[in-house]
Parts: sequence; C-alpha cells; structure tokens
Amino acid sequence: MTSSAAGAATRVPAAALWLRSQLRNIAPFATLIVLVALFSALSPSFPTLDNLGNILQQISVTGIIAVGLTFVILCAEIDLSVASVANATGIVVAFFTMQDASVNIANLPLPGAAAIAIALAASLALGCATAFGITVIGIPSFIMTLAMLQIGAGICAMLVRGQIAYNVPDLIHTLGAGTIGPVPWIVIIAALVLLAGHVVLTYTRFGRYVYMTGGNREAAEYSGINTRAIVASVMVISALCAGLAGMLGVARFGSAQQDEFGDFLLDSISAVVVGGTSLFGGQGGIGNTIVGLFVLGVLNNGLDHIRIDSFLKILIRGLILLAALIVNVYAQRMRTQAATTGAAGG
Amino acid sequence: MNEAPPPLDLLGIRKSFGGVAALTDVDFALRAGEIHGLVGENGAGKSTLMKIIAGVHTDYQGTMRLAGRAVRFRSARDAKAAGIGMVHQELSIVRDLTVAENVLLGVQPLNRFGLVDYRAMRRIAGEHLHRLGIDVDPGLPAGALPLGLQQLVEIARVLFSGARIIILDEPTSALSPPEVERLFDLLKRVRDRDHSLVFISHFLDDILRVSDAVTIFRNGRRIETAPVAAIDKHWIIERMIGAGHEQLEESYTGEIFLDSRPDAEVVMTAEGLTAPGAFEDVSLDVRAGEVLGIYGFMGSGQLELARALFGKLRLARGRVRLGGRETKLSGTSAARRAGLAFVPESRRAMLFSMEPVFKNISISILDRISRLWLRPDAERAIAGTHVKALQIRPPLVDRPLGTLSGGNQQKVALAKWLTHLPKVLLLSEPTRGMDVGAKDDVLKIVRSLRERGIGVVVVSTEPETVLSLADRILVMKRGRIAREFAREVVSKDRLLAAA
Repeated sequence: MTSSAAGAATRVPAAALWLRSQLRNIAPFATLIVLVALFSALSPSFPTLDNLGNILQQISVTGIIAVGLTFVILCAEIDLSVASVANATGIVVAFFTMQDASVNIANLPLPGAAAIAIALAASLALGCATAFGITVIGIPSFIMTLAMLQIGAGICAMLVRGQIAYNVPDLIHTLGAGTIGPVPWIVIIAALVLLAGHVVLTYTRFGRYVYMTGGNREAAEYSGINTRAIVASVMVISALCAGLAGMLGVARFGSAQQDEFGDFLLDSISAVVVGGTSLFGGQGGIGNTIVGLFVLGVLNNGLDHIRIDSFLKILIRGLILLAALIVNVYAQRMRTQAATTGAAGG
Repeated sequence: MNEAPPPLDLLGIRKSFGGVAALTDVDFALRAGEIHGLVGENGAGKSTLMKIIAGVHTDYQGTMRLAGRAVRFRSARDAKAAGIGMVHQELSIVRDLTVAENVLLGVQPLNRFGLVDYRAMRRIAGEHLHRLGIDVDPGLPAGALPLGLQQLVEIARVLFSGARIIILDEPTSALSPPEVERLFDLLKRVRDRDHSLVFISHFLDDILRVSDAVTIFRNGRRIETAPVAAIDKHWIIERMIGAGHEQLEESYTGEIFLDSRPDAEVVMTAEGLTAPGAFEDVSLDVRAGEVLGIYGFMGSGQLELARALFGKLRLARGRVRLGGRETKLSGTSAARRAGLAFVPESRRAMLFSMEPVFKNISISILDRISRLWLRPDAERAIAGTHVKALQIRPPLVDRPLGTLSGGNQQKVALAKWLTHLPKVLLLSEPTRGMDVGAKDDVLKIVRSLRERGIGVVVVSTEPETVLSLADRILVMKRGRIAREFAREVVSKDRLLAAA
C-alpha cells in the first residue's frame, strides 16, 4: 500500500524487512497453498468443483461465527461463548416454530418472523450480558464468556429437555439449507457477513477504534476513545454473529438439539488465529480470517479424502493449530522488531 | 585502634555507565546506631551508590569494607547474606500472603512432616513484630493493610532476615503524616538496637527530622557530610543544586519572574478534587493563554491529578468547570469532548507504535472528520500539515510510529491535539528523557499554544521543566497544594524549599 522514500533508498533490506513484517499474512496463505497441493496430489477426488462446493458449505457456519470473533480478538479479548450462543439461538428459533406431533417439546408456535425476532433478541440479550459483565463489572472476558458458555448451554437444556426439534421458520430453512441455482444460500450469507465485517473493520470509524483499542488500550483511552463502549460493542457483534450462525446451522443440520455446536468454538477461534489475526489484538482482519477458514476447511475436508486413521486426524488438526500459534507469536515479535528498528513497513 | 571500625565504609568508589561517570571518588561511612540521610537531585549518584552497597552493581572501582573487612559482593544475594537489607519505594510485599508469611518469607518453619508450620510461623512473626512495636495481626493478608503498615511489615521482614544495615529509598513519599510518625518511631527503635540505616529522600524536612547525619550528593560526587544538628534546609538545598559554586547550569540558578496573567479568562476551575491515596482537596484555576506548572516530588499526587482531570482516574469528590459549565469527567472520551487534551508521561501509554504516523495523529479527531466512513486522505492531509509544522522527522505520514525517535514520537503525541484545539491541554512530564534539541522544540510548541489562548497545564517532578514552561506554579506536597507562585521571582531552590 505504501512505498516510502526510505524504503526505496535501501531496497533490498527494506524488502526483506517488509517480508518479515508481513509474515503474519504470508504464512497462513502459504499453509493453505501447501495443503491444497498436498491433498490434490494425494487424492484425485479432492481438487474438484464439487468438492470446493462442499468445503464452502462446511466452512459457512464457522465463517459467520468467526466474523464476530475477529472483532473480539482484534480488541484483544476472547469470546468462549460463541458456540453456546449459536446453539441457544438455534434452539430458541425452533422452540417458537410449530414442530411435528412426534416432537415432545412444550413449544410455543409463533409466526416465522416473530420466532426469528425472538431468537435474534435472545442472542442480543446474551451479548449484552457478556458486554455488561466485562465492561461494567470488570470480569475478564475469558472468565465472563466461560460463564456465558454455561448459561447458553443451560438455556438449550431447559428448552429442549433432551429432545430434538426439527422445524425452523421457512425463511431460516431456505437460507440455511436451500440453494439459489447451484449455490447454497448459506454460502452467500457467509460471504455477505464476511464482506460486511471487512467493510466495517476497514472503512468505518468504528473499525478503526476496534484496531486502536486492541493495539494499545491505554493509548486509545488517552486519545479520548471510549474503549469500554468499543469492547461492549464487539461482544454484542460476536453474539449476534453467533446467533445468526446458530439459526442457519440448525436449518443446515436439520435438527435443533443440545451440544450440537460443540466443535464450532474451537473451529472459529482456530480460523481467526490460524489466519494470522493477533491474539494480542490490533493486527489482522477479516482477510486473515477468510484464509484461516479455508486452511481449516481444506484440512478437515482433505483428511476425509485420503486414507488415514480417523483418530489420527484429530491429532493432526491439533498440530496444525499449534504450528499456526507458533507463527502467530513469532510474527508478533518480528513486527515489533521491524517497527522499532527502523524498517520501512507498510 | 581505640575505636571499633564502622559497620560499613566505602573508599574511592568510582562507577561509570558506558563511559559516563556516575560516581567519582566517593567516600562514605556509616556508623553503628545511626540514621544517615542521603540527599541529591535525580541522577546525583545516590541510588547508584546504594545499588553498589546492595550488590546490584558489581563492576565498580574502589573498596567497600564491612566492619573493617574488605568485601566485594558478586550479587544482591551476597549483600543480603552479609546483612544488608533494602526497602524500595515500590514495596516487595506479597499482597496475597499473610503478614506472618511475609515476615518469614523464605525461612518458613517446618513441622516434623516437613510441611510449613503455620502456627509456629504466626507465633514467631507475632513476637518479632511485637518486639519492634508494630501492632498488626500476623494472620491478616498483607494486601489488606494500609500502605504505611505494609511498609513497616517489609522493614520487619528485612530485619528478620538478619539485616544490620538497612537502606530505605523514599520511604515517606506515599505516607500520610501519622504514618510518617509511626515509621520514624520504628526507625529510631531500630537505630537504638545498634543497627545502621540509610534514609534516601527528596523530603528534606523528613531527612532533617529523623537523621543523625546527612550526606549530600551532586553530579556523582559526595559534596559534604554533616551532623544534622549543625545544618538546616537551605544549607542542604544550596549544596544540592550547587548555588554559589563553579558548576552552574543556567536554569538552576536563574531567578525567573513568573509572568502570570491574573486578569486572563479562566477556562477551567477545579474545586476540592480528591482521589484517595493520590491527592486531596485540590483546587485550581487554569487561565486562557497561561501555562500553569504543577511541581512536586514523585508521589506527591500531581501526575495522578492530571490523569483525573482527563477522566482517567476517578474522583471521589470535587467539581470541575470548563468554560463556566460544570463538567462531569466520567471518562476520557467525555473529557475530550468537553475540550480537554492530555499527553501522558509514558510514551507507551500514548502511542500506537505499529500504526502509521497519520493514524496516530488522526485518532483523537476521527469523530470530527468522519461520521461513519473513514477518510484516509483527509487524515493524511491533516497529519501532513502537522508533520511539516512540527518538523517531525522523517516527514512520512505512513511510517510506523515505532520507527521514529523518542523526541519525534513526543511531537506526534502533541500533534494529535493540535487540529481542533482543546480548551485545556494537560501535559505530564512533557520533556522527560529528551535531548536538548527536542526539549527546545516542545518548549516552542507549548509557547505557541499559549499564544493561541489555550490553557496549558504542565505537571512534572522536574523543577527545570516547570520553571522553563510555566507562567504560574503550584507546588504539591503529599497530595495537597502547598504553595502557589504567581507574579513573583522564583528559582529552583525556592521550588524545592516549598515541596
């Protein structure tokens, strides 16, 4: 984006330093290319258009959750309640929809729009509770969202009481499980949410405040930014994204039940971090998250295409995540060095 | 030999840091049963000497003797084993442990199962504290005690670990007057048990009240040692700043006439501001086109006062009025909207070092140049004019801020408040750690802001900073305003005498 005069004067070392400072962005992309090449070489069924469609569908729900988490992690906070909020919201929307007679849940059928509104209000309320706990009471986000994880699970348990609901409002069913032409709606929704997240983070004043609050909370405060309002907002955004993902997820899975979103917490955090967004806040963005989503999606999907012990897959995923975290920490260190030793950065 | 050798004496101590002499030929002796006051300006060499005694600095020239025997510590642990204890301004009390555990830290008694014997610990600690006349329940968590008591507990611990020589660094700076009394009682009792104490402080009144002898340091040399009975505060100040001697720095001696503007419009009034533990009942006026300097030693509360005026530190009591209107400083964003601006003393606390210069400058005015969508071109343009006007080097608004030198970073921190001028600009330690050229630049910026009718408040622990910038000076002492200098001649020794 920027080529400074100093960079031009000392081209070679400056370029090297620039590369180092961009390690955060380059490493995940390189990982993705290596993974795609690897799986393509190992399995002829992997590099097909059909399979790309599969991958896109598989990462859509995670992707929507990951948008909210990107805001949170850019602010140097964490949200461990996303999967639980998604689950609760999905169950709420099913709870207010007419279920078949065979479903043994004391549900309250309402018109579809009302059910959706109540479900979104539920995720909003959960997000506001989280925001209140963190910014007003002063509970660290790690602990606060851990509590909210339990509360979300509790809401799920109370509403379905061990049963399974199947029906969701028509609109949700279409968006979660329908297609427009060959393209699944859920992929389009995920793409739109990712795009919206990117636009907000990159081109709006609020987005700048998110980066600055995460980059140096104290300095942001001394610049007269209401950092508590920013942190509160990102927690609410995260809950709303999780809520949307939860409703669409229920439609996609075809059922609403307890513990349905178990994997999504780890997957969405992994996507954000593997993509290169700094856990220390202030660095990264939706672009990184998209790359991270594909790394995870390709990894999960590709391991299914090659003959490999299915129990080993879990271990491999763990190792890839560990490698990404190591790169994350090193990238942080290098950028700090580059910024303080006189690199012409971008 | 008719007299026992002193518990500690040092001969011809020299120490330099990277070629810069910190101590030059220092002789220093500490007698048994003595409280020895140590005074000097920041950088005069007193803490360097104490760090040599405590085994922190090991590469020095000269001789150190303990009770006549030459020693050379290789580590702080050596010094501790030899009976030298240190109590720092920042206490090393473990807040979550009990008083007893703190007193016996590292030497816990064990029972026959090899586990810590808490009952014996409380008993031993209780007896030890009682002997020292410290009235505190050894079972209480140390963090629950007021600061003054925590300090007494720390001294008790140092004594329990076998120290015969105790160095206290600014022990009174954060204490209330009754706490100071209690501390002095303890120090005298410890002295009367034939221990030796070194008392480092900027508070000359405290030094004079409790010490038996005083040594003055200046520019890495020991200037003079005298028994307290023979001297007074002005005698010390004269020697501390070297007035009447050959090595005079201009700002030190210069008597400055404060060109205060009592008729100028008052832009900010504060009444009865109180933040417990930091400052109490502070009232002040800030006038348009006037630089108000607030000076005090470290821990006198002026830095906290500046933070409170920017809504970063919560006030327990007091009212602030800006331009005649009562203002609630509920947070920094409220303070900014009310027309206040602040540059904190720590660079890390004010800058986004990974972000480009222009984002650092535009951050405080984003809400004025963009409602929803950012306008990076406008941001760059605004930043560009400041970079040019303040001669920030290199003049590149896209450079990450961390690549700039300290002085230039400070200018960026100022620049972010210059686009939409605030009513009152609060500057905390604006020239600390800067070279002469950068200091000069900051001076010029502040002067030009004053010309444009802004009320500027400069808080500092350095008299030179306040003297070189202020039109009116408040001196703070232990959280209260001790004196105001306005339309009168002031000099460094007068400031020091008031603090």
